[in-house]
Amino acid sequence: MTEASTARIYGLHIAVVAVLFALNFLLPDYHHGLFARILVLATFAMGYNLLFGYAGLLSLGHAMFFAAGLYGSGLAITNLGFGVVAAFIAGLGCGALLSLIVGLLALRTSGVAFMIVTMMFAQAVLLTIVYFNQWTGGDQGLVLQQASRILTVGGASFDLTAPAVRYLAALALFAIVLFLTLAIVRSRFGRVLVAIRENEERTRMLGYDTFANKLAAVVLSGVFCAAAGAAYALLFGYVGSNFASVQYSILPLLWVLAGGAATTLGPVIGTLFIYYVTDIASSYTSAWLLIVGVALILLVLFAPKGILGAVRKRWIGWLP
Amino acid sequence: MAFGPHLLLATLEGLVTAAVLALTALGLSLVFGVMRIVNVAHGEFFMLGAVLAWAVATTLGAHPAIGFVAALVVAPLVVGAIALLSERLVLRRLNYDPEATIVATIGLLYIIQQLALSLYGPEARPVTPPFNYRVLLPWFGYSGYKLSIIAASGLLLVATWLVLTRTKIGLVMRATQYDREMAQAFAIPVERVYAGVFALGAMLAAFAAVLIVPISQAHYLMGQDPLLLSFIVVIIGGLGSLRGTVLAALIIGLSDGIVSMFFSPTLAKLIATLVVAMVLVFRPQGLFGTVAR
Repeated sequence: MTEASTARIYGLHIAVVAVLFALNFLLPDYHHGLFARILVLATFAMGYNLLFGYAGLLSLGHAMFFAAGLYGSGLAITNLGFGVVAAFIAGLGCGALLSLIVGLLALRTSGVAFMIVTMMFAQAVLLTIVYFNQWTGGDQGLVLQQASRILTVGGASFDLTAPAVRYLAALALFAIVLFLTLAIVRSRFGRVLVAIRENEERTRMLGYDTFANKLAAVVLSGVFCAAAGAAYALLFGYVGSNFASVQYSILPLLWVLAGGAATTLGPVIGTLFIYYVTDIASSYTSAWLLIVGVALILLVLFAPKGILGAVRKRWIGWLP
Repeated sequence: MAFGPHLLLATLEGLVTAAVLALTALGLSLVFGVMRIVNVAHGEFFMLGAVLAWAVATTLGAHPAIGFVAALVVAPLVVGAIALLSERLVLRRLNYDPEATIVATIGLLYIIQQLALSLYGPEARPVTPPFNYRVLLPWFGYSGYKLSIIAASGLLLVATWLVLTRTKIGLVMRATQYDREMAQAFAIPVERVYAGVFALGAMLAAFAAVLIVPISQAHYLMGQDPLLLSFIVVIIGGLGSLRGTVLAALIIGLSDGIVSMFFSPTLAKLIATLVVAMVLVFRPQGLFGTVAR
């Protein structure tokens, strides 16, 4: 990797974040709110992409990591009276712990069995949330009061329910995870993950501990997704069991496939694209699931590499 | 009611669940065994069977028995045709790549579910059972129709087993399952076998749904539980093993019937899900299966 391309890559990512920062002042109200949500969900998609795109492990249960962050921080606020920062860290901790346990067990399998095992674990997490509805609110979910969503740093306090603060907080999280992902995939560890995706046997033969590397990928991916979940709870104030349902395991897969797996900017492009397509479609018809279904089939049939994957192949080879 | 009769009732209910589950799971298992793909839309084929049964029975409007028999013939055929179509249009183009087909069948699941919601609506609708006869046991009366479900499912299972082990079609299917390339070298039309197996799997699910619809109800979300339970059965029974599938369906159906009569259904489902995940983690070949090739 030459100096020039490193500068080019970082330049591109900084430019993307700068554009998103500028949009904070330019977007009309409705789209401003939508973008804040999309940035958090794009963080979720980036976490998913790290495992699916780079390490080549297709999980059908990532909703459980999002839910771990969501409930970890939400319950810490409602039941333990944590502040915003402590609750966010509690969410990350829950995600890390859950992904470590799931990783240790699920990575004993591979291929189709890995997909089904992750799906089963996610189902178990959903059922646990429903079963303990006394604390989690079950299907109804919990609403976090505005008073508990005020971030105090030093002397200044920020109300996370205010649109601009919410947008910038979402952007900050997005930017941090984006640059972490970029650093990871350009590091030695990231290259080992790609090697595992391409040929696990050969990577092991070259002396790499593939299990440890895959486990690290699962935990990192789980923590990123939990960060998105925790941020979602704190920024939008709603914690509900539908975020733990199968649908929220499928959506990140859809976003990543649409944007381009194994590209750093693919997840955000895919999330934006799919979110707006369903948003526009749902103003015409209530059958938005149909659109998700058709999109999945068309993507897998005609564009298995996604939007950025196609762009990289055709025009810009240096895209990370 | 004393404990003994109570247990008998739970067992009978469990047997009905097991009978329907065995057929549904057998469909999933055949598709996985022969084609090596996981069909996530399998539950939706089940749901389509039930919805079509309602549609056929209400359109005919004749005696319930006539409507039911017509549904028993028509619903599986239509569902089989839909499965065949999706196999031709989607799965074959993906060259049966395991990961791509999972994504594609998830798409199929959403499409079928949404179409059912849009065309059939969110209501749960019953189908009149073909006959109302109560078998009088010393402690309680039991629906004769439910007993006939067990019999019908048993007959179909035996028929499937005979086809698989005693006919040329079965031989061709097993050869394809055993070694796809070698089968092709021996001039077996592998693609046609795949299409047939996919349709057959969907038809088994649809048939099971028609059997169950007079005692439950047709609803557009009814495919989710059978899908999960079928996964559980197929995993515990060993992917692609017919005997294991039937045995596992019996275990799951009976324990589901008995456990959910005495414990909270959510807790029962939670434990079952975790147990299955652990089986898959520590014994990937299933409890009764042999090591997959």
